[in-house]
Amino acid sequence: MYDFAYHRPKSVADAVALLKGKEEARPMSGGMTLIPTLKQRLAKPSDVVDLGGVKELAGIKVEGGNVVIGAMTKHGDVATSADVKAHIPALADLAGHIGDPQVRNRGTIGGSVANADPAADYPAAVVALNATVTTNTGKHAADGFFKGLFETALGEGEIITSISFPKPEKAAYMKFPNPASRYAMVGVFVAKTASGVRVAVTGAGPSVFRVKAMEEALSKNFSSDAIKDIKVPATDLNSDIHGSAEYRAHLVGVMARRAVDKANK
Amino acid sequence: MTSATGIGARVVRTEDKRFLTGTGRYVDDLPLARATYAYFLRSPHAHAKIKSIDISAAEKSPGVVNIFTGKDLVDAKVGGLICGWVVKDKNGEPHKSPPHPVMAVDTVRYVGDTVAMVVANSYDEAKDAAEAIRVDYEVLPAIVDLAKAFDKGAPQVHAEAPGNLIYDWEIGVKADVDAAFAKAAHVTKMDIVNNRLIPNAMEPRAAAAEYDKGTGNYTLWSTSQNPHVLRLILSAFVLGIPEHKLRVIAPDVGGGFGSKIFCYADETMVCWAASRVGRPIKWTAERTESFQTDCHGRDHVTHAELALDKDGKFLALKVETIANMGAYLSTFSTAVPTYLYATLLAGQYTTPLIYANVKAAVTHTAPVDAYRGAGRPEATFVIETIVSKAAAELKMDPAELRRKNFIPAEAFPYQTPVALQYDSGNYPPIIDEAMRIADYAGFEARRAEAKSRGKLRGIGFSSYIEACGLAPSQVIGQLGGGVGQWESAQIKFNPTGNVQVITGSHSHGQGHETTFAQLVHDRLGVPMDQIEVVHGDTSTTTFGMGTYGSRSLAVGGSAIMKATDKIIAKGKKIAAHLMEADVADVVFENGTFKVAGTDKAVPLAQAVFAAYVPHNYPLAEIEPGMDENAFYDPANFVYPAGTQICEVEIDPETGIVEVIAHTAVDDFGNIINPMIVEGQVHGGIVQGVGQALFEGAVYDKNTGQLLSGSFMDYTMPRADNFPSFKLGYKVTPCPHNPLGVKGCGEAGAIAAPAAVMNAVHNALAPIGVKHVEMPATPLNVWQSIQGAQRAAAE
Ligand SMILES: Cc1cc2nc3c(=O)[nH]c(=O)nc-3n(C[C@H](O)[C@H](O)[C@H](O)COP(=O)(O)OP(=O)(O)OC[C@H]3O[C@@H](n4cnc5c(N)ncnc54)[C@H](O)[C@@H]3O)c2cc1C
Repeated sequence: MYDFAYHRPKSVADAVALLKGKEEARPMSGGMTLIPTLKQRLAKPSDVVDLGGVKELAGIKVEGGNVVIGAMTKHGDVATSADVKAHIPALADLAGHIGDPQVRNRGTIGGSVANADPAADYPAAVVALNATVTTNTGKHAADGFFKGLFETALGEGEIITSISFPKPEKAAYMKFPNPASRYAMVGVFVAKTASGVRVAVTGAGPSVFRVKAMEEALSKNFSSDAIKDIKVPATDLNSDIHGSAEYRAHLVGVMARRAVDKANK
Repeated sequence: MTSATGIGARVVRTEDKRFLTGTGRYVDDLPLARATYAYFLRSPHAHAKIKSIDISAAEKSPGVVNIFTGKDLVDAKVGGLICGWVVKDKNGEPHKSPPHPVMAVDTVRYVGDTVAMVVANSYDEAKDAAEAIRVDYEVLPAIVDLAKAFDKGAPQVHAEAPGNLIYDWEIGVKADVDAAFAKAAHVTKMDIVNNRLIPNAMEPRAAAAEYDKGTGNYTLWSTSQNPHVLRLILSAFVLGIPEHKLRVIAPDVGGGFGSKIFCYADETMVCWAASRVGRPIKWTAERTESFQTDCHGRDHVTHAELALDKDGKFLALKVETIANMGAYLSTFSTAVPTYLYATLLAGQYTTPLIYANVKAAVTHTAPVDAYRGAGRPEATFVIETIVSKAAAELKMDPAELRRKNFIPAEAFPYQTPVALQYDSGNYPPIIDEAMRIADYAGFEARRAEAKSRGKLRGIGFSSYIEACGLAPSQVIGQLGGGVGQWESAQIKFNPTGNVQVITGSHSHGQGHETTFAQLVHDRLGVPMDQIEVVHGDTSTTTFGMGTYGSRSLAVGGSAIMKATDKIIAKGKKIAAHLMEADVADVVFENGTFKVAGTDKAVPLAQAVFAAYVPHNYPLAEIEPGMDENAFYDPANFVYPAGTQICEVEIDPETGIVEVIAHTAVDDFGNIINPMIVEGQVHGGIVQGVGQALFEGAVYDKNTGQLLSGSFMDYTMPRADNFPSFKLGYKVTPCPHNPLGVKGCGEAGAIAAPAAVMNAVHNALAPIGVKHVEMPATPLNVWQSIQGAQRAAAE
């Protein structure tokens, strides 16, 4: 990796101050994405601001109808949290299938959501559950937060502090892992919430997206049968050595149906 | 002798203590004072002319000690890397030998070809400087598609190999085979690809070197499977450092699978540059470099035809293969698709006539050479898939068709039509045992049950034969091999009675330190903890050939047995003297020399002590000391054989293939340590299933970029992809080596791909899928199902 200055602030305010005005400064949470990027010399930050010392960022709380997860909460902690398991078991299940134990014990929800990897799992949950992303400067609604390949609505120096997930009536996530990396090649999160049914797909396209046709059908009849004839167009979907766009489009249907069945169990 | 730690005992691997407690010592762990670090600049292009290399800015980069390019090697008259096996083509002409410069001079020929070496005070500084090297490339069209390598107009890899052809080789008489086909009642035809694999040893390749100005001695630490052979190549062909001035040490090595047999550019450069830099140099490949520059394996395109009579007896087999050599001919590359492949095409069968034609091609890809099984997995895949295909076409049970054609037990030694003479074997009981363990009889019920869950279940056989422990040296020489194929052993007692067992073979994970100690313990009665197995250092071991081709026990272990014979013979003379008995009356039992019918006894340790402190010793007849050397050159290959049965379930909606059960019954001859053998079989099956379902090196057909260049895209088999394996054994001891052993290191990987793919085809046949190529990834299987559905709709 290239040289950089390393900081380990104790508060969000200090972290924000350290990031401010430095164009090439980067926050670091679990480092599971950032450190490999540095090692491969794909990034050359001037400063790395390690959020690991910011205590206020970690932890899980239940606030009314929401489960609020601090940005620095590790995947492993979400997977095993009694609160998450009680209120949104689908989210615990999703977190428990990210990477491997080492990754789950380092990687964080804030880092994953901020990174907006097209193959990451959390974005599907954020969008399907209509979560709110809270940052040091304000709040972002799920729709509109993920803007494209590794692109979010976060501004310069803006850091995620927590993510608030409304409790759904029913929800489930089905992941078709990329055979090599085991990131999501297609991941479908289906949620039946007070405000309607949402179906969010990760892995298949350049960024997480909703399947409105499925949402409408499921709103009328929340069963896998209701969506069995709905096809997602392959246009604009990702294509690589593991999956053609057509295959991914097909898998969106399969995973969505399986997710609905799982949610209904 | 039978004991808790002798031959046949499940002794826990003694070397694992250091491997599991982080006290193993690998090349990268070496603390070398004042070390410098090397980084190799690799070609980003599959094919390009190097118009110029400007190192001026890089030389000024902080911490840089030296930068070398291909031109420096030309100026220093360094030789090219060699291919050590001369294969003669159809017309008796030696294969084409395009030059293989250690670093590219004017042309790069694959992504990863070495362009420059930067030596700096730290690895990061070397990398920084490498980024400052300006190489002006003129990018040229590349050929990476093997099936198109011989096409007219295909980009040419070497002027010395017109049409990209290295050799056009054959075995068997084509006219005889054609005549048999003309009379056949049934002909099964098949076109298959044997996918290219990337070895991925856990420890990447690494090298470190030091030059002693005072003595002129070089020491090279290298992740080598055969340090003596590496030294020989570097001395005699590449660097010209006299053999006695070069010490090669292969310390603990974390896996090789063949990829660490060869002499690469990297260790050559590290060694060469050590004297120029005047400080030690260290280099360890990054994983991406391993993907790009380790020799890859397999990579064949094959058309095969099997002729059968009306009863299902095989009449003849015809095979045409194009084998990929990559961009340059690596150390043993030419032998792999010829003498290690086509000579195996008889398999376990009495097929009387076989013709194989192999054309080797160069392409703009990484060099291809031996990889676990080397040629034999490719042969087994051809035979065992075409036999199962024939059974399916004839609506015969695949086991029945195999049985009908097995070489009968009484026919051994059996001369095949493709040069090899199988020494021993008894195949029918193996398949019977495998079918019993796999509950073949219950399969249709399991298939029906799976169907009720929406899954397609299939079962597949693979009855493999392999030839390992290449031998004898004379024959290898006649076939063009450039080295001997014997092995050395030395048994060196210390005066206090403990012993060093020095072997010319090398362990890089196989557990030789345990297996070989068991042999010596069993034979000489020395306790296990009094035995140290020494290997991997040209200064402390006798010249030896190293480890590959499942040879270490059959050849290296046999050499150890010969050395123990010499120890016992000498010990008898000493003991006879001490007991005042006639040598002819002395017997050796349980570690003690005795005179039959008396209570006179001399433990081996006492004889050893007498040999080193010869106060009462027959000095007129024998020399002091207890230190014996032996060399063993086998009479023949050894021929392990077995049957694997794989059972899979396929989810037709997603295309995911799951291995539900995998049975392997092997004949490895006598077994020294069943636990180590199981480990070898398990690992082999995993690699074989890896080839069938997961692994595949993919180059972009246009740009020649390696698309599967990291673990993000190259699918390694993982523990959760597998059920517990069910293993069994049948034993026909090898008749020509003193231990009666055969090799077990590659069998799993040799047999598994065909077993898996036959199961996949068996599962998919009911829905009309005719053929799925390896690796049977979800995408591949799904597309095959789609294709079958489209075909059915038309
Ligand atoms: C082997 C492996 C397997 C993996 N498998 C999966 C998988 O199956 N599914 C999956 O979803 N992911 C997977 N990941 C990614 C993993 O989940 C990472 O944890 C995640 O992508 C990033 O989280 P992190 O905490 O490590 O972030 P970091 O690596 O620290 O940061 C990632 C990026 O986000 C920025 N950032 C970090 N924190 C914040 C913040 N609070 N606010 C704003 N920006 C921030 C950083 O500057 C950086 O650009 C895998 C990773 C590895 C190494």
